[in-house]
Parts: sequence; C-alpha cells; structure tokens
Amino acid sequence: MRGRRLLALPAGLLAGFMLLLALRADAWGQSLVADLSSHLIAITTGFTGTDVVLFGAVDGEGDVAVVVQGPEGEVTVRHKDRVAGIWINTDEIAFARVPAFYSVALSAPLDGVVPPAVLQRHEIGLDYIRLAPTQKIDKAEKLAEYRAALIRNKQRMGLYATEAGEVSFLGQRLFRTRIHFPANVPTGTYTASVFLIRDGDVVSAQTTPLLVSKIGFSANVTEFAQRQSVFYAVLSIMLAVTAGWLAGIIFRKP
Amino acid sequence: MQIYLPIAELSVNALLILMLGGGVGFLSGLFGVGGGFLMTPLLIFIGVPPAVAVGTQANQLVGASVSGVLAHWRRNNVDVKLGLVMLSGGSLGTALGVWIFALLQALGHIDLVISLSYVLFLGTVSSLMLWESLGTMLRGRSTATRSKLHHHTWLHGLPFKMRFPRSRLYISALLPALIGFFCGLLVAIMGIGGGFLLVPAMIYILGMPTALVAGTSLFQIIFTTGIAAFLQAVGNQTVDIMLALLLLVGGVVGAQFGTRVGAKLRGEQARALLALVVLAVAVKLAVDLIVRPEDLFSITLPGGA
Repeated sequence: MRGRRLLALPAGLLAGFMLLLALRADAWGQSLVADLSSHLIAITTGFTGTDVVLFGAVDGEGDVAVVVQGPEGEVTVRHKDRVAGIWINTDEIAFARVPAFYSVALSAPLDGVVPPAVLQRHEIGLDYIRLAPTQKIDKAEKLAEYRAALIRNKQRMGLYATEAGEVSFLGQRLFRTRIHFPANVPTGTYTASVFLIRDGDVVSAQTTPLLVSKIGFSANVTEFAQRQSVFYAVLSIMLAVTAGWLAGIIFRKP
Repeated sequence: MQIYLPIAELSVNALLILMLGGGVGFLSGLFGVGGGFLMTPLLIFIGVPPAVAVGTQANQLVGASVSGVLAHWRRNNVDVKLGLVMLSGGSLGTALGVWIFALLQALGHIDLVISLSYVLFLGTVSSLMLWESLGTMLRGRSTATRSKLHHHTWLHGLPFKMRFPRSRLYISALLPALIGFFCGLLVAIMGIGGGFLLVPAMIYILGMPTALVAGTSLFQIIFTTGIAAFLQAVGNQTVDIMLALLLLVGGVVGAQFGTRVGAKLRGEQARALLALVVLAVAVKLAVDLIVRPEDLFSITLPGGA
C-alpha cells in the first residue's frame, strides 16, 4: 500500500529533485550523486512491505549498479542426511556477518563486461556476496554447496533477490530504480550502495544509509517484551486468563 | 485485514488467525482437549517461527483452559487435591522442558524432536484410543465393562499413598505427580497443553471417574501452560501477545460452540473422532520425516527464528 502511495508522488517533484542532483553533480565535480525517496522504513501494525525509490545522476556514459544490504548476523546452514530411515540434521557450517537482506539492480548485464574481481570487491551480484564461514573449511566444494544453500533459503524467504532489478535511465544522465522490501524484512540499519561502472571498473561509488524500524504499537510491544520481560510475561498471562474468564461468563448456559 | 505481529516479525491476515483459532477452538470444545497439537503445527505452517509458535501457544492455552475449566467448576467436576499433586510434578517438568527446548534449539535438533514427539506420543495414544473407542462402539455401551479399574498391579504398591476423596481414590501420590511431570515436559517442548495425553493417563493409570477427568486435567493445564508461557516470555521472549489475543478470541468463541455440539455426541464417538484427527496429524508428520525433503539444507537465523 505504502509503495503505491509513494509512486503516486507528483512526478514533477521527483523530476525536480533529480534535476537538482544533476546540477549538483556538475557543480561539485562529482561523477555520481544518488539519494533515496525515504531513509526510514516504518514497520507499523498494518505493514505489508514497501517500495523505496533510489534516484540519482551521473556525469556521463557508464553503467549503474545498486546494491542494498541489510543488517549482518551469523547464520548456521544445516544439512540433513537419512539416519535410520528419517531425515536428521547431521552437518553444519556457520557463516559470519551474513547480510539479512540483499538486493541488486543493474542498468545493463555486467557478466563478461566487468571482471569478477571487481564485482567481488564491491559485492555486486548474488554470486559475489562475501559469505565467510566462522571456521576454516578445507573442502571448497562443500563450502560452495553450503553457500548456495544459504542463498537459496534466503531467496525462498524473499530476503535475497532472485534476479537483478532494473536501473532505468531517463535520458543520458538521470537514473532511478525501485527497491522492494517484503513484509518480513528484518529491522536494522541497511545500506544502499550505488556504483558507476566504466570500462570494466568502478569509477565512483556512493553509500546511503537506510533504517528499517518498528514504529508505534509494534515497537512498544517489542521493547516492552525485551526490556521488562517479567512484567510482560505476567501481563500477557493475565490478559489470557481474563479473556478466558470473560468468555466463560458470556457463554454461560442459562 | 493484514496485521503485523511484533514478536513473530511477520505480517498475517487477522481474519485467517481468528478463523484458525475458531476452528481449533471448536474441535477443542468438541473433544475437551486444548487443541495445541493442531495449532502449533498450523502456526509453523503459516510462517510463525517455531519458538514463537510454542511460546505463544502456551499463553493462548492458559486462556482456553480457564474458559474450559469454568464450566466444569460449576458442575463441581474438578478434583482440586489431585490436580495440585499433579501440578507439583507438572511445574518441575515444564521448567525442565523449557530448558531442554533452548538446548535443542541451540543444537539444531528442535524441529526433529518436536516432530518425533508428535509422531511417537500422539500416534501411540490416538491409535490406542481409536482401538478402544471402536471396540466400545462395536460391543455396544451396555456391555462395556470397567473391569480394568479393579485390577491390582504394581502401580498400587508404590509408596506415599494418599486419599483423594473427590475421585474416591487411594493411590500413591507419585503416580499423579509423575504423570504431571511427563505432561509438563511435553507442554514446554511440543507447545501443547497435554490434555490429550493426560486424559487417558488419568482414566487408565489412575483409574479416575471419567466425569472428573476433563475438569481436573484442565485445572492442572492452566498452571503448567502458565508456567511455560511465563518462562518462554522471560527467557526467550517468544510470546507474541497480538497473536495470542487473536487466537484466544477465535478460540474461546469456537470452543463454546464445540462444547454444545460435543454434548450431543456419545463419549466413544467423540473419542473415535478425536483419535482420527490426531492420528492424521501424526501420520502427516511421520511422512514428512521419512520422505526426502525438497531442500536438504536449512538455515537458522540469528535470534533463534
């Protein structure tokens, strides 16, 4: 819902913004300027996911890549094997600093145009996300398998993009792209990184922070549950008892 | 209407949750059990993290049991003394269960243990129950004897004998305490009230009068689920109050209608139906354990979700 409202932003206003950016880029001699339509994603009680528009300007020819990454944390990947007829987790690899969310948008395909080393350095594309195991794994094959499984599971949850989004150019210099955040987006600090690519190398980059946060009632409940968990526990049990008791009274047989 | 669950960190359709609560509540009213064995897998199915499903379900069951026990209380069908003895074991079992839950979660085996417990306990009890109720139905009610009650087994030789005047029993206090302990364990690990296991245990092991069983087990379940809900909320922060309230509203309304329909069913018919429902859940989970999963890999996110 929020996303659609956002798109209904007067086109003129957005164009004005972008023109300003374009002028600024020239005046300051920067080859790349970008910003987000919003720096805060508020998770309210009615939150169902949202879109954020990233727009910007470049000072000339080149391809643009946009990478959005979410808060990092350790993730354990487990592998099932058949033991005595049933499927049981038998092996695991823990990965450190895995982004909870990852999406990428490109103005043109980069495969074969940009050397993998460059993509790797800037983590452009699912194949190039930095996913390091917490302990040294000797077998490269096994590591690759677990890495692919991590990405596949994240994709199934809708938290890693299944394919690169599109960065569209308006004329020669202005670009924009839309980043989708699903309803189950984890809270925390995100970064939106924009890369300008010329002749197979990144010539300019800019990173913009983006905050995903629970706001209002949801935020209060979460904070209450975590900060005063004993009080929260007692209160929630009392609520349950009251609800049950009320129902027993209301539906009492005459 | 979409609503965001703050602890489960998930956006769900409020109507769907109300209907889930109502449907399970109807069945629980019909059969006189909590319905946790159906609700927990359903919640996990719609995307609620297992830990939150179990914690919230415990809280929801407190309300459902209070609502259920009121009716039995009015008819004086609660043996408070026996309930309290069961509770002494039950609270220990619940506390231990919450601890085991956290341990298994860290080891990555919680899903397996939940599934295995469902298959093992629910499968066994429902098969026995189905067998027994079908037998009763075939023989007809008049010839159904209760000879079992008068058998003297080693169970009657246990120490700490205690009188329970309301149930007209003179048995070892260890028996109800042990039953309570065992069901308390399962409350915490499986996110169920345990009524489904308590009821047959109280009838066949303790030899309690059937009329008192439902009220007394519910009375005990209020406290074991209460302890579980408290410990899960304090220790793991996995009780989602929004989800619990939605389930409760649907559940208590559904349960009232279920009770009315249930009054029209004969005991063995209700037991056979319940056994079939539970057996279906157990078989589904058993198949999931045996059939090769679509993806052999799974991931655990930080925060235990």
